[in-house]
Amino acid sequence: MKILVCITNVPDTTAKITFTDNNTKLNKAGVQFIIGPYDDYALARAVELKEKLGGSVTVLHVGGADAEPQIRKALAIGADDAIRVNAEPVDSYFVASQIAYVAGQNNYDLILMGRESIDFNSGVVHGLVGEMLGIPSYSPVMKLEIEGTTATLAREIDGGKETLSATLPLVLGCQEPISEWKIPNMRGIMTARTKPLLVVEPVAMEEFTAPGNYSLPAPKGACKMIPADQAEMLIKLLRTEAKVI
Amino acid sequence: MSVLIFVEIDNGSVKKTSLEAVAYGAEVAKMTGTTATVLALGKADAAALEQTGAFGASKVLHASDDKLTHENSLAYADVLAQAVTQEDSKIIILAKSGLGDAVAARASAKLKAGIVSGVTELPVINGNFTVKRSIFTGKAFSNVEIKSDIKILVVQKNAFEATESSEKATIEAFSPVLRDQDFQANIVSVEKASSELSLTEANIIVSGGRGMKGPENWQPLLDLAGALGAATGCSKPVSDLDWRPHHEHIGQTGIKVAPNLYIACGISGAIQHLAGVNGSKYIVVINKDPEAPFFKAADYGIVGDVFEILPKLTKAVEDLK
Repeated sequence: MKILVCITNVPDTTAKITFTDNNTKLNKAGVQFIIGPYDDYALARAVELKEKLGGSVTVLHVGGADAEPQIRKALAIGADDAIRVNAEPVDSYFVASQIAYVAGQNNYDLILMGRESIDFNSGVVHGLVGEMLGIPSYSPVMKLEIEGTTATLAREIDGGKETLSATLPLVLGCQEPISEWKIPNMRGIMTARTKPLLVVEPVAMEEFTAPGNYSLPAPKGACKMIPADQAEMLIKLLRTEAKVI
Repeated sequence: MSVLIFVEIDNGSVKKTSLEAVAYGAEVAKMTGTTATVLALGKADAAALEQTGAFGASKVLHASDDKLTHENSLAYADVLAQAVTQEDSKIIILAKSGLGDAVAARASAKLKAGIVSGVTELPVINGNFTVKRSIFTGKAFSNVEIKSDIKILVVQKNAFEATESSEKATIEAFSPVLRDQDFQANIVSVEKASSELSLTEANIIVSGGRGMKGPENWQPLLDLAGALGAATGCSKPVSDLDWRPHHEHIGQTGIKVAPNLYIACGISGAIQHLAGVNGSKYIVVINKDPEAPFFKAADYGIVGDVFEILPKLTKAVEDLK
């Protein structure tokens, strides 16, 4: 079983988001970066599948060298080697093209990633990669079992759950409870230092979008407090003031 | 050259979020001097399809093959690409959802089309074509110019205020080529809570957290939801503890919702939960702790015991009727 896990390097969920350079760049000062939480689930499941079925787990990241601590963490969690495509991601299409190029040169049975990155929240990279490689893609996958060349997976659909089986190779966007996040142990951290991390240059491609400036939402007005003993006043306000009921 | 809008069908009807996408697409069509065409797949009621006209569509392409009734992003994307070619469409609109993103993504790769997901406003068209999108789970926005000839926009709920007319769209049968390779997956089972109102479609959501103290205490919350015609949700700890089913979990790693009204009962408002609800128009927070961080994100707040407050609210709603 050869598994590729694509990870993003994103600001921690609790990070305060601000911008610099006339609102054209994310202000990274004081922001803690992490492996995308959904990608972390994908990685954990990949490591479990490798332990069960044998094979290898390769981690792939499209981005700058500042992601290397997160890539090393993924190696410490149990991936065998890593590839970093040395490029500033332009958009989902760009990232997917780079992933598809790397994947096209190695025959992976499974390509896993999070259902979406928590910075741009697009949730389209798995679909793009699947189409670029001409193989099926499914998301969000909450359960994944492999038997031979067949994957059985449960995924969320609107208001429910669908279980399906499909033949490998597949591209899957993952979310909990596919697995539990893994915390690297000391041995993992030590061995991660010497595991191979290959840096490759991006393939040239046409860019379909150009990023413009960023903005922050208008600050929220003060919360209107209603005394508990006049709770019914809330319903009145929701009807007459907010006009939502 | 029409603007093409892909709609999702649920039980024969067009989903509400998709109708919003139709209204958005019709407005973009007006801006670009063309018409709006809807693409509907699988079994659907003719009346429901005609009704997309009320939101501005002039024509519906309906591929009624029953193979397309069960949601299948691989086949849907292929059919969408065929419709784009037939209509020579340059702008494609979908409503943001797991399915919408999946179909948009695969269609984007087929058509070599620039794709932006999470669009929150109408595009600005002035020689360039620029859209505004939500990023960092609602914590910021970004403007993006789409440069490709064909453009795909996946729009968020509440991106455009839909107004209804009494117009009807004409339905045209559409017979795409279906590829066997898109139907290879074997559907083992589908579990759908069909009676419940879907969280992503709901206008009002009443949601409970650990402050509800146990699954046996949910009735007052369900009563309020019932009176309001609301869907019910919960925080992550509640679904982790199995007090409520996993598909009710709202937050960063659960479902992200954007109702007109979100009522949080006994939820302190961890940032992971806020990430799932900050698309809501109005937020009401009921919590016994006046220091609960959720009050900072709320429009209306009540400090007090949820079990005393909920029945009062339910009664007040019933009194309105």
